[in-house]
Amino acid sequence: MKIPLSYSFRNLWTRRLTTILTMLGVALVVFVFVASLMLADGLKKTLVSTGLDENVIAIRRSSQTEVQSGVNREQANILRAAPEVETKPDGTPVVTNDMVVLISLPKRVSQQPSNVVIRGVSPLAMEMRPQVKLIEGGLWKTGTQEIIIGKSIQQRFEGCDLNGTMRFGSTDWKIVGVFDAGKTGFDSEVWGDADIIAPAFRRDGFSSVTMRLRPGADVEALKTRIESDPRLTVELKREKQYYADQSRTLALFINILGTLVSVVFSLGAMIGAMITMYAAVSNRTTEIGTLRALGFRRRSVLGAFLFEAILLSFLGGLMGVAASSLMQFVRISTTNWDTFAELAFHFNVTPGIILSGVAFAVVMGIVGGFLPAIRASRLKIVDALRSA
Amino acid sequence: MKIFKLIYKNTLRHPLRTILTILGIAVAVFAFGIIRTIIDAWYAGVEASAQNRLVTRSAVSLVMPLPLSYREQISKLPGVLKVGNANWFGGIYKDPKNFFANFAVDENYLDMYPEFIVPADQREQYLKERNACVVGRKLAEKYGWKVGDRVQLIGTIFPGDWDFIIRGIYRGAEKGTDETAFLFRWDYLNERVREMSPDDADNVGWYMVQIAGNADAAAMSQQIDTLFKNSFAETLTETERAFQQSFVAMSGTIILAMRVISIVVIFIILLVLANTIAMSARERLSEYAVLKTLGFRPFHLIGLISGESMLIALLGFVVGMILMIFAVQGLGVFINENLGSFFPVFELKDQTIVMAFGAAILVAVVAALFPVWRAVKMKIADGLRQIG
Repeated sequence: MKIPLSYSFRNLWTRRLTTILTMLGVALVVFVFVASLMLADGLKKTLVSTGLDENVIAIRRSSQTEVQSGVNREQANILRAAPEVETKPDGTPVVTNDMVVLISLPKRVSQQPSNVVIRGVSPLAMEMRPQVKLIEGGLWKTGTQEIIIGKSIQQRFEGCDLNGTMRFGSTDWKIVGVFDAGKTGFDSEVWGDADIIAPAFRRDGFSSVTMRLRPGADVEALKTRIESDPRLTVELKREKQYYADQSRTLALFINILGTLVSVVFSLGAMIGAMITMYAAVSNRTTEIGTLRALGFRRRSVLGAFLFEAILLSFLGGLMGVAASSLMQFVRISTTNWDTFAELAFHFNVTPGIILSGVAFAVVMGIVGGFLPAIRASRLKIVDALRSA
Repeated sequence: MKIFKLIYKNTLRHPLRTILTILGIAVAVFAFGIIRTIIDAWYAGVEASAQNRLVTRSAVSLVMPLPLSYREQISKLPGVLKVGNANWFGGIYKDPKNFFANFAVDENYLDMYPEFIVPADQREQYLKERNACVVGRKLAEKYGWKVGDRVQLIGTIFPGDWDFIIRGIYRGAEKGTDETAFLFRWDYLNERVREMSPDDADNVGWYMVQIAGNADAAAMSQQIDTLFKNSFAETLTETERAFQQSFVAMSGTIILAMRVISIVVIFIILLVLANTIAMSARERLSEYAVLKTLGFRPFHLIGLISGESMLIALLGFVVGMILMIFAVQGLGVFINENLGSFFPVFELKDQTIVMAFGAAILVAVVAALFPVWRAVKMKIADGLRQIG
């Protein structure tokens, strides 16, 4: 016969202080665990959603990032003439030649300088990246020293306001618009006309060439052809892959640190749960004896105590998950180690992360509660009844 | 004296519970120490930097070069002892995963870094050969390099394959010196760049300026920056320490997160210990009533409860410290092999031990507060009536 579940509930309620302390311990561990998963996921998601499936990007071979890359005009012209590239009705290839430099700007709050991406683009860039939407002001006029800035830049950096000016490359640039690029890397960038920005930094040529491919184009064939073309020194990547690669180092670091910390912390929480459950068993020796005398099996006693431990950690886990899901409203901005530029991203919560947080808590409960439950079930009826 | 015996006996009353609590605290102390050590590793570069060296770089951002002609102009300033120039090379050894710092430096550089100890004969050889390089001891150990070995790096910023011959292995003069750098000759870099793209030759990443010991670093920095004000490439000069600090600041958010975690872990210690003390005190309320009847004063009870709390916390601290000393060594080996170039120095600081000790004492006091308050306030009659 099974011991009613309400028995376990009531026991937890009777020892409220101890129950709450143990639950808080589990909640803290789950919070740290879930928050670090959310952070790594948010970083990846931000970078992955920066790229589009239909776009490919060419950068100089083994240069890893646009900032280090260089593609000259001649190569850019060969690339845009590829037959796989989508064209407008008038025959213009849907391509943007980007010129990317980093400049350092002071942050609004801390005044600490941080690196910001300045991206000079071709006229079709806005059309090729529909995730970038103008929300205030207008676009730059071709051939002028006008720029538009991402929403995250406007919020985080000193002096980055609509109609303000920014100074870089010995030139004053007028901020004529603000764009919202959602949760993508572009939101942390400044955009302008590549033909004006490149000369300001005394650059001839570009950093990367991004091309939209015709539907059904064979990317692998294009890649092989371009990378074996002796006139070209570039490598071709799907845009999504290119940006996903940039989350590598930082996401790995967050994951390793988060896992290490959670595992060590969970040892603490499991020990906490074990102490609580052992105390619960020793305080209730007579009670357990009575239950056994009434005819409850050892198995039922084991089950009841294990259930109590699981319930304890499950509730703690829920608290932890609830607290950490509040973190999704928090935005983190830090230097991405792969690009050396400041990037803003959110904690991102997914059903999978919530599930693993709760599962983690339950595992802590099982491990912490198992030995005490065994002890409870092993008590001899006579000894237990006599102990009071 | 009786009270100490009582504390000791009380602590041993539930040996399993006491051992678990000590273990719980030890794990948390251990986690605290590891996280602090990781944070310290971040600041190792800042600590190792000298106050009499200034770094002059482009005011736009670190990726923007400065002209070679600045070298002459800076060295003419009064108070400047020596000027060296360097370029970040960012080469890859076989695979992008094998990251280590590699940069091109001119002939003055090694003189300005007395903390990099290169044997005199090796140094002479290095200065004789164009494609010679000097590598740190730890880096050489990691890849099994010996003097005379040939090493090829793949350029990311400077395209192509670059062959070097190891002519020297340096050792750090102090514990905090980075022994994972790869230095090669700036003239070799410049020569090849001139062949490939003459426009990019004679570009310098940053200048290292050694100033007289008694010179005012801030005034000197200002003087250098004024020299190039309103030129195409304006400069930003700061002490090497401030320069290193600005690198650390880029990852400020991550470091902040780790600091928060190191405080959270103290709360976990608190929860585990508070739970145990509260539990024990609750079981012994009737004994406290007996003690009160016998004429023991409140301060005896305070001593009894907080003494037990203190004893357990201190034992936990000692066990945690022993764990930590071994782990930092073990982890040090692991980090050296895998992340050595990100964290060249990974060592336990005395300060960390003191902080962990302080945290253990504080936690012991806080954990005893509520049980002490309850035991002191309790009426004797209520206490005697209490059933555990």
